[in-house]
Amino acid sequence: MVTISDYGKYDTTWCPGCGNFSILEAMKQALVARGLEPHQVLFISGIGQAAKAPHYLNANVFNGLHGRSLPVATGAKLANPELTVIVESGDGCSYGEGGNHFLAAIRRNIDVTLLAHNNQVYGLTKGQASPTSDEGFITKVQPGGVASAAFNPAVVAVAMHAGFVARAFARLTDNLSDIIQQAIAYRGFSLIDVLQPCVSFNKVNTFAWYKSRCYPLPKDYDPTDWYAAVKTADQWGDRIPVGVIYRNERPPFEEHFPVLSQGPLVGRDVDRMMLKKIMEGYA
Amino acid sequence: MTRNTINVLIGGEAGQGLVTIGEILTKSVARSGYSVVVTQSYQSRIRGGHNSFAIRMGADEVIAPQEAVDILVPLDKDTVRIHREELSPWGLIIMDEALDIADDQGIKVPFKQWAPDKFLNIAALGVVSYLIGLDEELVSQTMNKFFDKMDQETVKENRLVLEKAFRWTADQPLSFQKLPRVSHASDRLVMNGNEAIALGALSAGLKFYSFYPMTPATSIAVNLAGKSEKMGIIVEQAEDEIAAINMAIGASFTGAPSMVGTSGGGFALMTEGVSLAAMTETPIVIVVSQRPAPATGLPTRTEQSDMELVLHSGHGEFPRAIFAPGTVEECFYLTRKAFELAERYQGPIFILTDQFFADSYRAIDPFDIEDMSPVNPSYALTSSSSPYRRYAFTDSGISQRMLPGISKHLVVADSDEHSEDGHITEDLTVRQRMVEKRLKKGEGIKAEVLPPQLQGDEKPDMVLVSWGSSKGAVLEAASQMRSNGKRIATLHFTQVWPLVSEQFSEHLQKTRELVCIEGNATGQLARLIRRETGVLIAKQVLRYDGLPITPEYILRKLCSN
Ligand SMILES: Cc1ncc(C[n+]2csc(CCOP(=O)(O)OP(=O)(O)O)c2C)c(N)n1
Ligand code: SF4
Ligand SMILES: [Mg+2]
Repeated sequence: MVTISDYGKYDTTWCPGCGNFSILEAMKQALVARGLEPHQVLFISGIGQAAKAPHYLNANVFNGLHGRSLPVATGAKLANPELTVIVESGDGCSYGEGGNHFLAAIRRNIDVTLLAHNNQVYGLTKGQASPTSDEGFITKVQPGGVASAAFNPAVVAVAMHAGFVARAFARLTDNLSDIIQQAIAYRGFSLIDVLQPCVSFNKVNTFAWYKSRCYPLPKDYDPTDWYAAVKTADQWGDRIPVGVIYRNERPPFEEHFPVLSQGPLVGRDVDRMMLKKIMEGYA
Repeated sequence: MTRNTINVLIGGEAGQGLVTIGEILTKSVARSGYSVVVTQSYQSRIRGGHNSFAIRMGADEVIAPQEAVDILVPLDKDTVRIHREELSPWGLIIMDEALDIADDQGIKVPFKQWAPDKFLNIAALGVVSYLIGLDEELVSQTMNKFFDKMDQETVKENRLVLEKAFRWTADQPLSFQKLPRVSHASDRLVMNGNEAIALGALSAGLKFYSFYPMTPATSIAVNLAGKSEKMGIIVEQAEDEIAAINMAIGASFTGAPSMVGTSGGGFALMTEGVSLAAMTETPIVIVVSQRPAPATGLPTRTEQSDMELVLHSGHGEFPRAIFAPGTVEECFYLTRKAFELAERYQGPIFILTDQFFADSYRAIDPFDIEDMSPVNPSYALTSSSSPYRRYAFTDSGISQRMLPGISKHLVVADSDEHSEDGHITEDLTVRQRMVEKRLKKGEGIKAEVLPPQLQGDEKPDMVLVSWGSSKGAVLEAASQMRSNGKRIATLHFTQVWPLVSEQFSEHLQKTRELVCIEGNATGQLARLIRRETGVLIAKQVLRYDGLPITPEYILRKLCSN
């Protein structure tokens, strides 16, 4: 039986009080609750404070480039669909630098869970605006306040009929852990946008700010109602709903590849007689 | 130029079916036992404009394209205007009488009397086939095979038009010198450079190909996609080139031998990924099919101007190998070799080709494909140490590679500088050792470098230096110069990186004159040789008008200066 200690305990480079710590704990809890052993899980991340998270637990890890974790995850999952593939990165990484990949992953519905640590700021590069920074958010390089409208990943994902869309708050750890479990179990692309206080660079969207606004979705909320989901995902400001906002039953991307019905691509031989036939087709 | 070969050029607007008859004619010629080199030149548009499909054929091995045209087949008036000057003294223009062009080398064919307009190309195919001496039955069979899925009615009509064309031409008082008879019917294949790269990759064990469409690399994807189910591989069109290379790296990381293909602009987008493959030590084969640049350049023409881009692509320092095949056979074998190196040295390995070569059909002997085993995968199933360390220091710099999920061992890879276990580190002593470890693999790559091919006179007055797709043109130009009494050798590179000076610098020193021949405007190989050996190749024959290097081009340039 897998236990939380199998996932280890590591020193981190995060600031004391950072929201990332609770996300890490929720993730470990969820993996254990799903009965997953470290070697069955592959974490893919980009670059940023959030993207370091996979280094702080025991699992397979590919810590790639800033913004590019979703394509790596897509390739990794296609080559070996038996792996549980989880992407962890920041809001800048996932929605800014990797914006096109975010849209493509939703369209594909690849069976990968994207957990975005959304602190509404660029942490690692010391406090510039991110795509999810609220309009007017002041930083050293946006001294007049952010002029662009904030990107709402949940609305975009729901609008695109993404397979599974959730929003969570880092400090509601049990709720987050439960959502992660559902996302892992979901066969298709799942987005968990996790609101994460950054104590060093976001003095607006603080722990208290989120806490006073985030409320769990009511028990009778129906995540299969798309129109309701659009409205729910769009809620931002005084009240921010957290929970599974939307889900559907689209088939996962991998199912479109007949070659995967025989399992992973790893270690497969070359059908040389078939190849010979193909070659002879050039006559 | 010479009368040992016949060069047929079919020209017309895009959409007139010139590629169709070009391909049927090429296959018919190859099946009749002749050698061919095809040069396709087309505009970046789907309809209209001017395109051409040239087939140079001969009983002996044909290795290069030729500018002089022996049979011109204009499907429109423009073709005559554009290509008339290239017609050889004994050349013929096979044209529709309706084109209404007066030319004493023109043969007016009453195409319209035989069939409706849409069969014009088949009628032309018939006339040309007769003139060069092909067997009607063989051409007909080739045509039927080509139109495999066409309805019976059209197949019959095609056949009828072909027959009429053969009969009409036989009755004309023409004295065109046919191809010499060759005794053997041939099982030769007709394959272009990109097809051979795709086939080589499949034979090496490719399992994952991701791409974003870009001429002239797209045909690799088209080739692979059509065979993906049969061969058990995945071909995925990515949202952009950045995604394409990152996907391939992901697939390779979990165990699928992977390749990407693109052209200059797309490759520029991939370069951060090149560096990622090097840092994470993930095997990947990258095909860069060059076209004229900067920026969008001439999307459908050819050039050899991205060698330096590929050589220096990816930030930071890491080893790589760059192959530049010069024949269709080399496309196949060097692609296999690229997979071998990618697996062995766990990093990015390149194949550098170009539009001319991508589209250039050649007649080749079949490969012994059933006897060629796929490249040995580099990953191990059990770890030699516990806990497993993905980047363990070794003498060769090569660490044992394991795959995630295949055993209980955890595999950790990082684009940040990392320690042996793969985790992010800022320990600067480890940093230094990791740099050395990665570069160490370069020594292994260097030890396996393919030496440049030296051919020709043993004591040459002049050595022609070249790389990649111009191989045939350079060899033919050299042999022409030799037949004019000059002492010439050629030194051709099919691997342009790493360069191992000891393999060739003496050839550069034992001659009076060195000439570097390249399809670019600044002499990139010459510059690289200077950097690596100190030898200056002052004289250069460069081509950068979008067209392939031909023997005539080389000879013109060498004689004029
Ligand atoms: C191609 C590239 N551009 C820029 C950077 C610099 N960079 C590193 S992390 C980062 C932003 C991080 O923000 P986010 O993704 O929100 O992560 P956080 O640190 O807030 O967790 C940037 C711009 C980089 N590493 N690579
Ligand atoms: S900078 Fe912000 S996000 Fe990064 S560790 Fe510190 S508090 Fe957390
Ligand atoms: Mg952030």
